[in-house]
Amino acid sequence: MHNKVRVRTTINSEPQEFLCEPRQSLLECLRDIFGLTGTKEGCNDGNCGACTVMMDDRVVTSCLVLGVEAEGCQITTIEGIARGSELHPLQRAFLQNAALQCGICTPGFIVAAKALLDREPNPSEEQIRLWLANNLCRCTGYDKIIRAVEQAAQEVRA
Amino acid sequence: MKTQEYSVIGTRPIRHDGADKVTGRALYGADFQMAGLLHGYILRSPHAHARIRRIDTSKAAAFPGVRAVMTADDFPQAPDRLVDLGEGDTPLSYARGNVLAKGKVLYKGHAFAAVAATSVHIAEEAAGLIEVDYEVLPCALTAPEAMQEGAPILHEDLKTKEFGEQTGRVSNVAEHFRHVMGDIEAGFAQADVIVEREFNTATVHQGYIEPHNATALWNNDGRILVWCSTQGAFVVRDVTACLLDVPVSRVRVTPMEIGGGFGGKIPVYLEPVAALLSKKTGKPVKIVMSRKDVFEATGPTPGSYIKVKIGARKDGRITAAQAYLAYEAGAYPGAMVAPGAMCVFAAYDIPNVVIDGFDVVVNKPSTAAYRAPGATNAAFATETVVDEIAEKLGMDPLDFRLKNAAKEGTRRADGPKYRRIGCVEVIEAMKKHPHYSAPLGGPNRGRGVAVGFWFNVGLPSSCTISVNADGTVNLVEGSTDIGGTRTSIAMQAAEVLGIPAEDVRPTVVDTDSVGFTAVTGGSRTTFATGWAAYEAAQDIVRQLKERAAKLWETDAASVTMERGIFRAGDKSITFQELAAKLDQTGGPVVGRGAVNPRGVGGSFSGNIVDVEVDPETGKVTILRFTAVQDAGKAIHPSYVEGQMQGGSVQGIGWALNEEYWMNGSGTMMNSSLLDYRMPTALDLPMIDTVIVEVPNPGHPFGVRGVGEANIIPPPAAIANAIYHAAGVRMNRLPMNPPAIMEAIWSQRD
Repeated sequence: MHNKVRVRTTINSEPQEFLCEPRQSLLECLRDIFGLTGTKEGCNDGNCGACTVMMDDRVVTSCLVLGVEAEGCQITTIEGIARGSELHPLQRAFLQNAALQCGICTPGFIVAAKALLDREPNPSEEQIRLWLANNLCRCTGYDKIIRAVEQAAQEVRA
Repeated sequence: MKTQEYSVIGTRPIRHDGADKVTGRALYGADFQMAGLLHGYILRSPHAHARIRRIDTSKAAAFPGVRAVMTADDFPQAPDRLVDLGEGDTPLSYARGNVLAKGKVLYKGHAFAAVAATSVHIAEEAAGLIEVDYEVLPCALTAPEAMQEGAPILHEDLKTKEFGEQTGRVSNVAEHFRHVMGDIEAGFAQADVIVEREFNTATVHQGYIEPHNATALWNNDGRILVWCSTQGAFVVRDVTACLLDVPVSRVRVTPMEIGGGFGGKIPVYLEPVAALLSKKTGKPVKIVMSRKDVFEATGPTPGSYIKVKIGARKDGRITAAQAYLAYEAGAYPGAMVAPGAMCVFAAYDIPNVVIDGFDVVVNKPSTAAYRAPGATNAAFATETVVDEIAEKLGMDPLDFRLKNAAKEGTRRADGPKYRRIGCVEVIEAMKKHPHYSAPLGGPNRGRGVAVGFWFNVGLPSSCTISVNADGTVNLVEGSTDIGGTRTSIAMQAAEVLGIPAEDVRPTVVDTDSVGFTAVTGGSRTTFATGWAAYEAAQDIVRQLKERAAKLWETDAASVTMERGIFRAGDKSITFQELAAKLDQTGGPVVGRGAVNPRGVGGSFSGNIVDVEVDPETGKVTILRFTAVQDAGKAIHPSYVEGQMQGGSVQGIGWALNEEYWMNGSGTMMNSSLLDYRMPTALDLPMIDTVIVEVPNPGHPFGVRGVGEANIIPPPAAIANAIYHAAGVRMNRLPMNPPAIMEAIWSQRD
């Protein structure tokens, strides 16, 4: 058996403390310990972006981060994006633009897109495409996702 | 009803499951949790072809934390028979053998043992302790290779069926069939131009982002409960029951949200294993595939070797067409060559046709459906040959296609005669589109066009609707929702009931809770389950007319209903008002719809694409892309566009990058999402869409399925564009930079 390590962190603005094996990824900890299953596993090697979360001000694929690395960090997952009962403009724009089909990649896209808008409130189409190139979507062909991010950016700026 | 009279159909409401999917609350298969859950891990073959002499599981079983180990011997050995796997019949032994191999492994990644333990890490570690003695065998990896005399034989008991008859000949060719129409030799004799070309296309994967998963509990009452991501909960129920040799009523399957399928989540891989591990341990067992497992051990779509020969007269009429289609089934028979043969010349009215199809087993994973399975390979061949003929005749490629376009009454070589179809309308819409005449704007650029056809399927669907006192309704259905079908189904019920789409609450339920419903596949869900919802809503209207008649003490036959208002004489009552009076008029109202529709209508699609080819590197950039498709009637246009855009981009990936890159011993060398290069947002322009609506006379709202036909034209359209940009005719997929450079260099030589 493996010794577990105590980790103190902040998840979606709530201080949290948990025990994890050193080999467990942050993705596993979020899903299995906290039940935050909005963060998805698509590949477990950092290539699909479905497990994208914010770690302080960095966008990370949580499958490539160890749970123990979350010590002292601020983690934001898809569950922390809406403002209480009100959807974030990105979430609304994804719905209005039909920017999801199966929806499995959607949490990763929304977390990544929010990080973009936090840095650059007026991104060009090219900037959005480059920023979101870390996230794979197999259903939409990206067209409606790009439009949703453009619409949300407009709303955030207003 | 006329199109302009619809109040719900054709609008774009927010999908009913939307809020859950943008907040992370929607529960997909891998999100399912249960007290006492154990985790399963499946051990897979490192060899593409090997005999298993011995398996020793004792060390794994003794590993701390392990609760059970199993092999194929743990399956009940019911006698072989044909079983329905959701898209056709297969021998039980093949279905069982693909879930866990017995005696022989037939591809790298072929499952043969499984472990259940207290954590997934322990299960994986323990699986590594299973000792296996293999006799490695030579392998056959492509159709032409496997068809050769003396090729390694995968199944010693597989005998070739030829033209419907058993030949008794043991080979890797499971079947050779032929469709014949007219007189092929006379047809070619009439031709002024004949073009014959050979093509090779690589194995490609559907590439859904969510790996396969299943959780099963063998309950203490003997019932087997399953939670999984699947395109067909009833298929999982039936196959699981079949492999475990129990009646279907003993299995209940709850379809969780599904993270993409495209045909690849019709086959069953994990559920029977999880169920048996649960039986052994008395605990629920969850198994989730890794991405590598998804690539190596689920069902990609066949690689193929194709020859197409087409002849035409100077006036532009095609006189004859011949195709030879050899598709790789993977480890077990069932390559998608039959639908490939149905679609290879489906866009054209050709009097003289011969099509030969070969279903060939090879040492690669057992193939599955992938969005219009078999048709994309075939259209790549046909549509590039058609383009070459048009060029030789000096005709515009769309005019040439129009001149030969299939219409109502055209007979296909595999038998069917078309009812009303939209082939001509799609090509005309392409011609009319400003993209077709826009300047290319630079050197090394070219424009290509292509069309594609998919026949779509009907199959059974069930639905119930119950009326709430607040004037809304609950709709219960059995089609797993992969791309917004809850909403496109609910909208059809709303249209009938005269209420807003938002007032219909659709739910996808488990196999105990709704009548049989076939897979979400074949572009059938909005068509067939939508039709079941239409029937259930009609049943509600009929019952509510009776209730209104009771209130007004009149005859139900004298009550009418339009746009949610019931009327008789000078009396009227809205749907909402009447819903509030159910208690006093006789109690709850529940409507039902159960259909097995025959009126399926095929869908045509077409692409115009501009590319730029870098003459130094061979890299192809998609500059502009227009997708046109006949939807019959677009119920929710945003999700129709979404299907067209998604299918187009999968077709672009197939055209330019994606392939199973196999080494000589049958190992896929690019089994990660980094190396299996699917298109990213950065690789693409916006995908323009044009929805053509030629109503399907076989559906109450004119719906045709739109899920599949859109993936068919892109590889051919891109190949044709590459020709116009770089002067080379491509005859293989993918058309990646090395392939393009090789073609450019060989032309220079």
